[in-house]
Amino acid sequence: MELTRLPFLKSALKSRYSQLAVFIVMLVGYIFVILAGLIGTPVGSHNFSIVFVWIAWWAILILVAVPFFGRGWCAVCPIPLPGEWLQRGAVLNPPDKKPRWLNLRWPKFLRNIWLQNISFLLLALFSSVLLTTPNITGIVLAAMLFAAIGLSMIFERRAFCRYLCPVGGFIGLYSQTAPIELRIKDKQVCVVCDGKPCYNGASTVGLDVQRLNPPLSANSNTGYGCPWDVFPGGLTKNTYCGLCMECIRTCPHDNIAINLRPFSADLAKPSTRLDEAFKAFIMLGSAMIYAGVLLGPWGAFKDAAYNVGTSAWFIYATIFLAIIFAILPGFFWLMISLTSRPFAKHPFGAPIGRGVGVRKFASLTTALIPLGLMFWVAFSLSFVLTNATYILASLSDPLGLGWNLFGTANAVWQPMLTSILAPAQTLALVGGLIWSARTAQKAANEVKVSSVPVVIYCFITTLVMLGLLL
Amino acid sequence: MKRSELLSRIFITVAVLGAVGAPLFVWARTPLIHAKVAEDGGWNPDVIQANAGEPLFLKLTSDDVVHGFAVGQMDMQSVDVLPGKVSNVTLTFDKPGIYTFFCTRWCGLNHWRMRGTIEVSGSPSDHEPALSEAAEPLYVTLGLDIDAPHDALVIPRSQPSAISGQQLAANLPIDLSTDYYRAYSPYQVFDELPNTSLTESQSWDVVAYIWQSNTTNESLSDGQQLYAQNCAACHGENGAGNGVFADDLAASGESSMQTMAGADQMTMQTPVDFTDPTRMLGASPALLQGKILRGGMGTGMPMWGSIFTEEQIWDLIAYLYSFQFDYHRGEAQ
Repeated sequence: MELTRLPFLKSALKSRYSQLAVFIVMLVGYIFVILAGLIGTPVGSHNFSIVFVWIAWWAILILVAVPFFGRGWCAVCPIPLPGEWLQRGAVLNPPDKKPRWLNLRWPKFLRNIWLQNISFLLLALFSSVLLTTPNITGIVLAAMLFAAIGLSMIFERRAFCRYLCPVGGFIGLYSQTAPIELRIKDKQVCVVCDGKPCYNGASTVGLDVQRLNPPLSANSNTGYGCPWDVFPGGLTKNTYCGLCMECIRTCPHDNIAINLRPFSADLAKPSTRLDEAFKAFIMLGSAMIYAGVLLGPWGAFKDAAYNVGTSAWFIYATIFLAIIFAILPGFFWLMISLTSRPFAKHPFGAPIGRGVGVRKFASLTTALIPLGLMFWVAFSLSFVLTNATYILASLSDPLGLGWNLFGTANAVWQPMLTSILAPAQTLALVGGLIWSARTAQKAANEVKVSSVPVVIYCFITTLVMLGLLL
Repeated sequence: MKRSELLSRIFITVAVLGAVGAPLFVWARTPLIHAKVAEDGGWNPDVIQANAGEPLFLKLTSDDVVHGFAVGQMDMQSVDVLPGKVSNVTLTFDKPGIYTFFCTRWCGLNHWRMRGTIEVSGSPSDHEPALSEAAEPLYVTLGLDIDAPHDALVIPRSQPSAISGQQLAANLPIDLSTDYYRAYSPYQVFDELPNTSLTESQSWDVVAYIWQSNTTNESLSDGQQLYAQNCAACHGENGAGNGVFADDLAASGESSMQTMAGADQMTMQTPVDFTDPTRMLGASPALLQGKILRGGMGTGMPMWGSIFTEEQIWDLIAYLYSFQFDYHRGEAQ
C-alpha cells in the first residue's frame, strides 16, 4: 500500500519546511540532552540525559521505531543537520555549484558497516559506564554531533550516518524487518531519467535543468543528491536508505513512494555481506550479554563491566568480544557445516572455496535478524518497564535544579507492569524464534541447504536468552 | 539569498544558541551545594558566606548517596539530602561567627569528615558574644591532660545502682554539686568517699547516685538521641565500641586515615568501648567534655566542639555514664 498517496503525507514530505521544523526541534532537544548530561546531577537515575536517552529514547527506538518504522529514527535524527548545512552552504536553497569543503568520496575499502560494527562495540564495551554516567553520555552525544559535522566537511553526503553512526548500523540491519519501505514506483521511469537527480542532486553535477525531460519542478530543482549515497532506483532493501525523504522531493517524475508492506519483506533476499552477517552476531550477542550482565544476578559481572580499565574489565571485554566474534559465529558455522559442505563444488565449476562459504554463511545469518531484534525487544522491555518511572521525575526537573515543572518531580520509582513482563518477554522470544525459523527456511532455500541447523541454533540461543531473562 | 533561506538560518541559529544558553543561564543562576562522600570531596562548596540576622537560602543536592545536613550550635532539624534531588533550607543566624555544617546520615566510612563552614558576618550585639568568644571549657580550666591514661584502679563487680545509692547516701556528708561531679571521675569520688562502713559495692551505688543527681531524665533522653545520631555509627548502639563502621574502620585502617593530607602519622584505633568500666569510671565529665570537644586527634574520633552546644555535650556525657550506672534498678514499679 502506497502511503505517499495520502495527500497530507505527500505534501508534508514534499515540503522542505516540515522536515526542517522537526529537525530543529530535535536538534534543540539533542543539545539540551547534552547539556543536561554535562551540568545536571551526576546521579544517573535522576539525570535527564540518562533517563531520556537510555530509557525513553531507547524504548521508543527499539520497541516502536525500529520494528514498525525501520529507519524512522534516522528520518528525524538531528545529527546530520549542522554538518549538512555546512556541506551544502544552505538549509533550503540548492547547494553551491562548487563544493565548499573537501567533498571527498568515502574510501572504497570502508564502504561497508565494519566501522559501524566497531563504533557500536566501542560503546557496548563501555556501556555500563555510558548508561549510568551523565557526563559520559553528554560527551558521547556531543562527540557524535561533532564527528558528523567534521565528516561532512571532509567527505561527501552523510558519511557519518552511513558509515560510522553506532546506532545507524543496527537500525539499518533491523529496518529490513519493518513494514515500511521507500521504493521507486516504476523502474522504467528511472531507467530513462536524465541525470538521475535523485542521486546526483539537481544542481550539483551541472545538469542542464532546462533540457531535462521533463524539466524539474521548482521543488525538485532544489533537491540534493541522496545524502545516504544510495541510488533510489536500485533500492531493494531498507538497510542503507535513511528515509531522509530527499529523493521524494527531488524526483522530477514523482516516482518515489513510501509503501506499507508485510513485515520482514527484505529478508526474503538474504544479504551475502560478511559485515552485515557480523552485525547480526554483534547484536544477538550483546543482547544476551546485557541480559546477563545488566539484569542478571551476578554482581561480579556487573562490577567487571563497570570498572573500566581494571583487569576484571579487560577479562569482561575479552569474553564479550569472544562471544560475539568467535563463540556465536563459530558455533553457527559449525552447525551449518555439519549438514552442508561450505567448500563444496560450485554447480557451474566456477572457482570454489571461500566465496561459497562466506555466501552461505552470510545468507543464513539472515535468520538471526528477526531473532536479534526480538532479543532486544525482550531485553529492553525489562529495563524500560523497570525504570520508566524515572522519566516522570526527570521530566519535571530536567537539570536537577529542584524544579517541578509538571508536578512529577517526586514521582516514586516503581517498576511498571511487572505482572505482564515475563509473559511479554516470553512471547517476544518465542515469536522471534518462529519468525527466525521461517526466515531461515527462506534463506536456506536461496543457498540450497537445509534450514534445520539454523533453526536449532536459533532455538538454543533463544533458550539461553530465556534463561538469562527469566 | 531567499528570504525563506535566511529566516531558516536565523531560526536554526537562534534555536541552537537558545538550547545551549538557556540551560546554562538557569544553571548558573541556581547555585547548588553538592554533597558527596568525604572520599570524593565531601561538601562543595564547603565554605558558605552569610550575614547575621538575614535569612540564608540554601539548595542542597547529593551526587551519590543519601546525606543529611545540619548546622552545629543551632537548634535545627537536620535535612535529608537525597541523590539527584534538591532540598531547600533556610537558615537565619543570630550571632556572627564561624558555624560548622555537617552530614547527619551515615553515608560512609568517612561520614564524619563531611563538614563545611558557614562564615556569618555582622557585628555582635552587646549582650550576645560572637560564637568564637565562647567560654573556656572546663577541661582547660582544670588543666586536664585529656590524652593521659585515666584508668580506674578499682571497678565494681556488678553495675552500681543509683536507687540503692540514694538510700545509702542519706546520712553521708557527700557533695552533690555540679562542680564536684564534673571535675572528678567516678573512681576518684569512690576513692574519696568518707570512710564508712559501706561495702565496696555500696560505695559504687553512692557514686551512681551522685551521677544520677547531676542529670535529669530529659538530659538523658536528649543525650541518647545525640548519641544515636552521631556516635552510635562507630561506638555502637549499646556503647560497646562495635558500631556498624567499627569493623570497616579497623579493616580499612591506615588507608582510611590517609585520605586526609598529612595523615601519615595517624594510627587507627578502635572506637572506645563505653561499657568498659576501667576506662569509663576513670574518666571525669570534664575529661569527656574535652575529648568530645576536641576529638581524638588522629584516632578517627571527630571533634564536636563546633557542632554540639555545651549543654548538648553535658547531656551526652550524662548519657555515656548510663552505660556504667543503673539509674532505674530498684525503682518502685
